[in-house]
Amino acid sequence: MSLDAKTEPGPFETLGRGLKLSPELRRGLAFTIFLAAVTAVGRLVVPISAQQVLDNGLFADGGPDLPYVFGVTALAVGVLGLTTAANFWMNRRLFIVTETSLANLRRRTFRHIHDLSMLHQQGERRGALTARVTTDVDTISQFLQQGGMMLVTSSAQILVATVVMFVYSWQLALAVWVVFVPVTWLIKWLQTHLAAAYTNVRRSVGRMLSAVSEAVVGAGVVRSYGIGGRTSRRLDAAIEDHRRDQAKAIRRSAFSFGAGEIVHFGVYAVVIVLGAYLVANGTMTVGQLTAFLFLVVLFIQPVVTATEMLNEAQNAVSGWRRVLDVLDTEPDVADPVDGVDLPDGPLGVRFEDVRFAYPGGEEVLHGIDVEIRPHSKVAVVGETGSGKTTFAKLLTRLMDPTSGRVVLGETPLTDVRFASLRGRVTMVPQEGFLFNGTLAFNIRFARPDISAAEIYVAFSELGLSDWIDALPDGLDTQLGESGANLSVGERQLVSLVRAYVADPDLLVLDEATSAVDPATELRLSAALDAVTRGRTTVIIAHRLSTAETSDEVLVFDDGNLVQHGRHDELVEAGGSVYAGLHGSWIEQTRSG
Amino acid sequence: MPHGKGGAEHPPPENPMTDAAVDSSILRQGLRNIGDMIRIEPKRFSVAVTGAMVNTAMHLSVAFIVGWVVSRVAVPAYEDGRVTVGSVALGIGALLGMSALRFSSMCARRIGSGTQMFRVQAHWRRRVTRRYLALPVSWHQKHPTGTLLSNANADVEAATRPLAPLPFACGTLFMILVSMGVFFTIDWAVALVALAMFPILLTLNAVFASKMAPRAKRAQELRAEVSSDAHESFDGALVVKAMGRETEETERFTRTAGELRDAMIGVGRLRAAFEPAIQGLPELGTLIALLVGLARYQAGAIDLGQLVTVSFMFSILAFPIRAIGWVLGDLPTSVVGRRRIDHVLTSTGDMSYGDRDLRAAGPARLEFDSVAYRYPGGGEAIREVSFTVEPGRTVALVGATGSGKSTLAHLAVRLTDPTGGAVRLDGTDLRELDHASLAATTALVPQIPFVFDDSVRANLSLDRPGLDDTRLWEALAAAGADKFVGDLEHGLDTEVGERGTTLSGGQRQRLTLARALAGSPRLLLLDDATSAVDPKVESRILAGLKNSSDSASVLVVAYRRATIALADEVVFLEGGRITARGTHRELLERHRPYADLVTAYEQAEAEREFDEEPAA
Repeated sequence: MSLDAKTEPGPFETLGRGLKLSPELRRGLAFTIFLAAVTAVGRLVVPISAQQVLDNGLFADGGPDLPYVFGVTALAVGVLGLTTAANFWMNRRLFIVTETSLANLRRRTFRHIHDLSMLHQQGERRGALTARVTTDVDTISQFLQQGGMMLVTSSAQILVATVVMFVYSWQLALAVWVVFVPVTWLIKWLQTHLAAAYTNVRRSVGRMLSAVSEAVVGAGVVRSYGIGGRTSRRLDAAIEDHRRDQAKAIRRSAFSFGAGEIVHFGVYAVVIVLGAYLVANGTMTVGQLTAFLFLVVLFIQPVVTATEMLNEAQNAVSGWRRVLDVLDTEPDVADPVDGVDLPDGPLGVRFEDVRFAYPGGEEVLHGIDVEIRPHSKVAVVGETGSGKTTFAKLLTRLMDPTSGRVVLGETPLTDVRFASLRGRVTMVPQEGFLFNGTLAFNIRFARPDISAAEIYVAFSELGLSDWIDALPDGLDTQLGESGANLSVGERQLVSLVRAYVADPDLLVLDEATSAVDPATELRLSAALDAVTRGRTTVIIAHRLSTAETSDEVLVFDDGNLVQHGRHDELVEAGGSVYAGLHGSWIEQTRSG
Repeated sequence: MPHGKGGAEHPPPENPMTDAAVDSSILRQGLRNIGDMIRIEPKRFSVAVTGAMVNTAMHLSVAFIVGWVVSRVAVPAYEDGRVTVGSVALGIGALLGMSALRFSSMCARRIGSGTQMFRVQAHWRRRVTRRYLALPVSWHQKHPTGTLLSNANADVEAATRPLAPLPFACGTLFMILVSMGVFFTIDWAVALVALAMFPILLTLNAVFASKMAPRAKRAQELRAEVSSDAHESFDGALVVKAMGRETEETERFTRTAGELRDAMIGVGRLRAAFEPAIQGLPELGTLIALLVGLARYQAGAIDLGQLVTVSFMFSILAFPIRAIGWVLGDLPTSVVGRRRIDHVLTSTGDMSYGDRDLRAAGPARLEFDSVAYRYPGGGEAIREVSFTVEPGRTVALVGATGSGKSTLAHLAVRLTDPTGGAVRLDGTDLRELDHASLAATTALVPQIPFVFDDSVRANLSLDRPGLDDTRLWEALAAAGADKFVGDLEHGLDTEVGERGTTLSGGQRQRLTLARALAGSPRLLLLDDATSAVDPKVESRILAGLKNSSDSASVLVVAYRRATIALADEVVFLEGGRITARGTHRELLERHRPYADLVTAYEQAEAEREFDEEPAA
């Protein structure tokens, strides 16, 4: 399930909604923009004072007026000081306000992603989800701090410069605008091309990195086949392609910037020719023309930056939209309002005509009716795709059924408060995920208040004290990214211990299928026995021995619960699905 | 392929900023790095610097034009009430000419510095990846993939980063010198104002850059941390949900996000302090210059044109000075990047190959003669191992995890050299063999199949000569892969995607097996190479291998009883030593540890098959 909205709102709608969701941002923003405008006005101090000094000071009627000159300069220095202070204040506020409110936005979005159902979470790649709370928020903050402010100051500067230019000479100001309007189109056009060139660069970086990683990850293959020459040719080609794409992009970017430069001079030429005639026929003063030449600089530069920033603004708006889309997605498996707590004591489960279909997909569970007694150990078996994993997800309310209901104890699952549900019902997924931290950190994930001694006790109760003793740093051993420092079997051990300290009343366990060496295999099955004792356990079984030692076996086939009973009874039913599975197992054991 | 085993011996992590910032030699090292890079591509660099100097000269001359226009065009026009067409034409001509020069010099600067940087990057990437290919597999095992990837990418970028603003900065230095000269020729008093302003601006920029670099770096690191925290948390979303730990996870994330926020606010505070000063100072300078200039004009020391020129120059000098700050700011990270590149470039341990060629036909004879292997760290992996695989025979290596099986497989194809004894092929020490000959004679099919992001055909042939489609199909058939490849939409031309993502684990294994068989090796090493293949299919493949026409000697690392039973002889390893040898049946009867291990594997293996489709 995608998190993106079906319809795309306009940029202003997005901005408005974004601001509404971050009130801190909105409150501070108006004043910050005001300070930015003051800063922009400050840039006019020099040209205006130059004009005043020349026209009314130097060429004043009745000779140079020195006190006036000093007065103007002193005033200018004062205004400059003020606007510099405004600039200082604006920058400070900008960073504090944007960073604070965006950190909150990050937190909210992060939490919201965790609150979404598994279906939503799995509808997006991990990287894409991460981007919503990282790069997407970063584009907003970068834009607000640089591009956005520049856009504001540039627009203010363009506006003020235009007004002042019109005051000095409307003819000249008009001429400047006439020359300039087509240029903005040109710059926009060039930038579209530039963006395309940078897209190519990003692609070729990807290709280059994948070539490098092949040479690194496949080092053994490269060596043993003696294909170093071939590999380095491929690498060189990827490196060279990347370089060529970069060079192309820099050429386009140089031309795009250069266009601004050429226009710069073009505008000067126009100002000089026209200005000279205007001065000659007395409509303009020398000081005004001088000021105009300064103003042109103040005008051109922001027009160029503003055009660039418009592109950045587009990125920021779409980043904001991606964040808002997440927050707009309603969690479809939600914590019930006025939810109830589960009654104390062992938990039984009842499925009442439960059906499930993935959104837009066919039904994968067809009317399941079953009762699991408190304290029993139930194995769920079936081929891949038979519906047994879906059964487990519905049992733990990672998903809700499309129809029918799941009742826990005597309470419908959808009425149970999440806090109560997650405390009493725990699921251990097949690839029990471990975090990049110490062993203790990973165990405490299930119960933050547990002491080191209690963790040791838990390990020894599961017969794993020798395993933990053999670790280099005991509980402080770093497990690495996704537990990479442990073997697959050891990772399963740790997630079992984690489930054990969570001490649920109903444990749902998806047995791992991946290969484990025999020694760990033995530890695992011993630990599993200990973990399941004294609670209701439902195991998605991949090993026949698990089914054999269970109180009851549920056999799934093609979305239906086809058999249900004790192992030995089920084996007797010749020609049944379970008998088939069992027969295949016996055959495997005897082979060789 | 052999990754993840030697994780304990990573190089000590470098902690760049903490020691680099205090290290006063950072400037010296940074400049030396820049010098090296200029020497790699001197031509582009000179183009860029020339462009930068011409460009800044043009930048400055605008000031003269403006001054000239005011005094020679505007004032006469004002006084005479008419325009001297000649002067206007001259002014415009000059402006347009300069405009063209300015455009081309700016392109020269930007394109020149860009291409220089990209060429130097490509140069280093080539050298670094060459080293990757030359360094032995044991070196690769000691370095995490992520580090090696960033050595070739992020570190190269960091090392070359000062190259982008460097020509601009050189142009700026040139401009400062020229404009100082101009100021002094115009008037000593204005020159003094400039003399006071430049050092202040330069210092301000340098201080700003050096204070900003560590903060920006810290923010960058935190950004990476926020990203990896989020990625990890979403990766484990199911566990978070299953255990109801959303609130704790959010708190954990909020802490890192809060650190990032504080770091960014720190960046902001610094910027707030410096930006306005850097922007305001030249404007203040312009006003002062205007004032001083006016006084001098009154005194008759300068004319009106010079007055305007001087004040205009002040207003355009501020921005280019920043370029010097950029270069200085990039130095610390560039030094760290360069150090990491040098670590790869100066790594040693290359394997040298001999020049002996094995021209014999038919299965090869592999001999381990008192072979010992000691890890670089000191641990002993293999002790006194001697055995022979006679031509055409199949020998199985069996042992518990860590008993040294994979090390033996690596030694047999010379991915590693023994620290004692010798491995011989047809009586010749592997170290005397020519690389091409060794590669053609032996083929190792590793535990974890490695597939290139390329077509099936390219993955099989690896551009080795003489492998036509007929030969490839034969190999695919022998590896039990002809059916699924035949079913692919584009057959041999199907692209398999990065790491072969479009294929299943078992398909990848069979593809790499076919790759090995395609070259008709005389010695085949299977390092648990068919673990993801259905046991029945595996037996069929291995039986087929024994009866094939161009048969090879086979050394197979195996777990499955059925696989082991196919071997003529079993070599049982415990703790890096051979503790038993014989046929499977013999060992089952007389060596208890062997029997225990083999049946335990079998038990585990069979149970895993339980939920799969019942075998047809």
